[in-house]
Amino acid sequence: MSGEGSDVLLSVEGISKTYPGVKANEDVSFAIGAGRVHALLGENGAGKSTLVKMIYGLVRPDAGRMRMRGQDFAPQAPREARAAGVAMVFQHFSLFEALNVAENVALGMDDPPPMRELAARIRAVSEGYGLPLDPGRLVGDLSAGERQRVEIIRCLLQDPKLLIMDEPTSVLTPQEVQILFGTLRQLAGEGTSILYISHKLEEIRSLCDGATILRRGRVVASCTPREKTARELAEMMVGATLNAPARKAKAPGPLRLAVRGLDAASPSAFGTALKDVSFEVRQGEILGIGGVAGNGQDELMLALSGELRGRPDSVMLNGAPVGDLGPDARRRAGLVTGPEERLGHAACPDMSLTENALLTGATRKGLTRRGFVDWRAAESFAQEIIRTFDVRTPGTRTAARALSGGNLQKFVIGREILQAPDVIVVNQPTWGVDAAAAAFIRQALLDRAAAGAAVVVISQDIDELLEVADRFAALNEGRLTAPVPTEGLTLDRIGMMLGGAHGMHSADVHHTHEIVQSEAGHAGT
Amino acid sequence: MDFGAINPVVLVASLMVAAVPIMLAAIGELVVEKAGVLNLGVEGMMIMGAICGFIVAVRTGSPLAGFAGGALGGAVLSAIFAFLTQFLLANQVATGLALTLFGLGLSALMGQGYNGIKPPVTGPVPFGPLADIPVLGRILFSHDWMVYGSVLVVAAVWWVLTRTRTGLIIRAVGESHDAAHALGYKVNRIRLGCILFGGAMAGLGGAYISLVRVPQWVDGITAGAGWIALAIVVFASWKPWRVLVGAYLFGGITVLQLNLQAAGSTIPVEYLSMSPYLVTILVLVLMSSGRGRAGLNAPAALGQNFHAAR
Repeated sequence: MSGEGSDVLLSVEGISKTYPGVKANEDVSFAIGAGRVHALLGENGAGKSTLVKMIYGLVRPDAGRMRMRGQDFAPQAPREARAAGVAMVFQHFSLFEALNVAENVALGMDDPPPMRELAARIRAVSEGYGLPLDPGRLVGDLSAGERQRVEIIRCLLQDPKLLIMDEPTSVLTPQEVQILFGTLRQLAGEGTSILYISHKLEEIRSLCDGATILRRGRVVASCTPREKTARELAEMMVGATLNAPARKAKAPGPLRLAVRGLDAASPSAFGTALKDVSFEVRQGEILGIGGVAGNGQDELMLALSGELRGRPDSVMLNGAPVGDLGPDARRRAGLVTGPEERLGHAACPDMSLTENALLTGATRKGLTRRGFVDWRAAESFAQEIIRTFDVRTPGTRTAARALSGGNLQKFVIGREILQAPDVIVVNQPTWGVDAAAAAFIRQALLDRAAAGAAVVVISQDIDELLEVADRFAALNEGRLTAPVPTEGLTLDRIGMMLGGAHGMHSADVHHTHEIVQSEAGHAGT
Repeated sequence: MDFGAINPVVLVASLMVAAVPIMLAAIGELVVEKAGVLNLGVEGMMIMGAICGFIVAVRTGSPLAGFAGGALGGAVLSAIFAFLTQFLLANQVATGLALTLFGLGLSALMGQGYNGIKPPVTGPVPFGPLADIPVLGRILFSHDWMVYGSVLVVAAVWWVLTRTRTGLIIRAVGESHDAAHALGYKVNRIRLGCILFGGAMAGLGGAYISLVRVPQWVDGITAGAGWIALAIVVFASWKPWRVLVGAYLFGGITVLQLNLQAAGSTIPVEYLSMSPYLVTILVLVLMSSGRGRAGLNAPAALGQNFHAAR
């Protein structure tokens, strides 16, 4: 596998980039051979995204240079990078929900053909790579896997020499991952180089020819991933030995949370309504709810937290109906929640940690007296969270916004756990969190369950659910499968529970009425 | 109610004139909002257009120069808004409201000494024998060029927004500025262009009020037309052709209440003159209660500031 020296497509030499207060990249060098699949491996915040943004011309390096087929390559804008044959599939933030597939593709091209011709080309290319797509559909109605296809097709139509994929599989079911890998191998076989960014080790081992491992902005190792074990790769990436969370087997206690026939319409136009969701969680038990993004996770979280209300008996807490109660009443009754979005949903970005601790802790921790805030008690509650959950912060007066993702997440989860709830529901508890903090949070959830709470973990990270959950259920288009024990569950079975490969069934049309409505609207203009 | 004294042909002909200012302001604001910017300063930009257009027309004696001056006046005021919101990242709602107050005050100051002056006349487009066709001639062929121009502007905006790449980019920026930025589009620059266009259109509409519809200068001459224009954009669910319909509808109500007053209706004048604004409130309430559909069409990034380094 030493072919990378002879036929180098892109070489990066000594690239550095500093943002105020943080060195995003320092002296990074690597090279990608033509037709190779090269991995950039690293934790969140290791500098992978900044690096590829420089290759794509969105960010300019402070020092160092890049060479494309031996020529100097310093794109000032994405347009120049695209002209040089670089295409990029983004992790998120690059599709327009209210525009259709063809319009989205056209926006990513510098000189798109007329719409009708473009639609025909989208059809042809998408069929050719086994990624069927209807150019006329609104992107807001597509599943996460189909949306990613839109991005890939957008890139392929420009006939790229180098395709950058930023965390492409985080939103896909295992079956969809296999389809994607098939496409990528086909592309590599045709001579396209692929720069593959991920922190999923097994994927990198099965797909990539070479890997560059980044830690805190620096290259710490280069290797051939097939020759390493996943554990070796993980330790290179984290720079420390990782401990799997410890869990003690224990018989589940009395029923804490029962959800029966829960229906809920989504508050957002492109959301997914919950349909007849039922499950039960007992004391000491962790229920993992998996699913590809946008299959009703957010709505389930809102319905459980009390932000969406329904029939009183649709949510039963310790045998009492709470389905029509708001968040604070549910908190008082013993149900606390940790939503996915840390900044803006779980915490107020510009308020201090003390104020944020007060916001959900006031009821259960008695932080108010006759309507007045007991600041001393709130302050000491915030300090307790910081101490117990090892939150790295200068103090309790720091704004929530100033904390790193991992630290804020530890604070938010800690705030809920320290309220000694009977039931705790968390959505994506370790999303965008570094590995050490993620392990800490998982352990805290396990400990809380052992201490007598019923825990519901909603997550798109299947490995995480298998690690902490006793039982597993999957959300698919707003419906929840029957929970099954996680022990002995195969990846294949999970994939089928998650809905297999979305959009592979040609007659699969979601939200038909919305499409018709909006098309009627467009025709009316 | 007495409809007997009202001539329907004259009514339709005059509603087309009454609709011009709000149509122009609304179509400009529609483009601004399509790009994801909420500029509540339409009223201020209109009245700046009204006074600037009036001054230029009186000084030069040319209505055409007056309209150009009005558009320029509105655009200059909107440039202040653009600078504050796009580069200093000020809150759009607060800045827009401030712009209205500023515009009302500044126009009153600039208008000192222009009270009671007649501006040069903007005559009807000579259609020759066409204007003599009974009914149709009076309704369609008896107007000044701005009436036809405003309809052309709506058509042009529709064409640009739905058929051209420029329009696609504008819509994309209003839908998700993060995604547009990631694809390499200059979000703030595109929004700046749209804001200036919106300001120019509002100014043009304002100039039409002071040069043709009234035609003279008095303080606060726009009398809430900018707010009606804002309502029309929502009423139109951000679709250009519906702006046309909305403007004629509101223009119609305005003209009708004037005619009813003139015809000696038994309803008190106060109720009649408040009717366009009541209908505006009613329309906004109705549109926002059917949240699903109106919400589906509103630009997703409406009113949010964008900063690239985030």
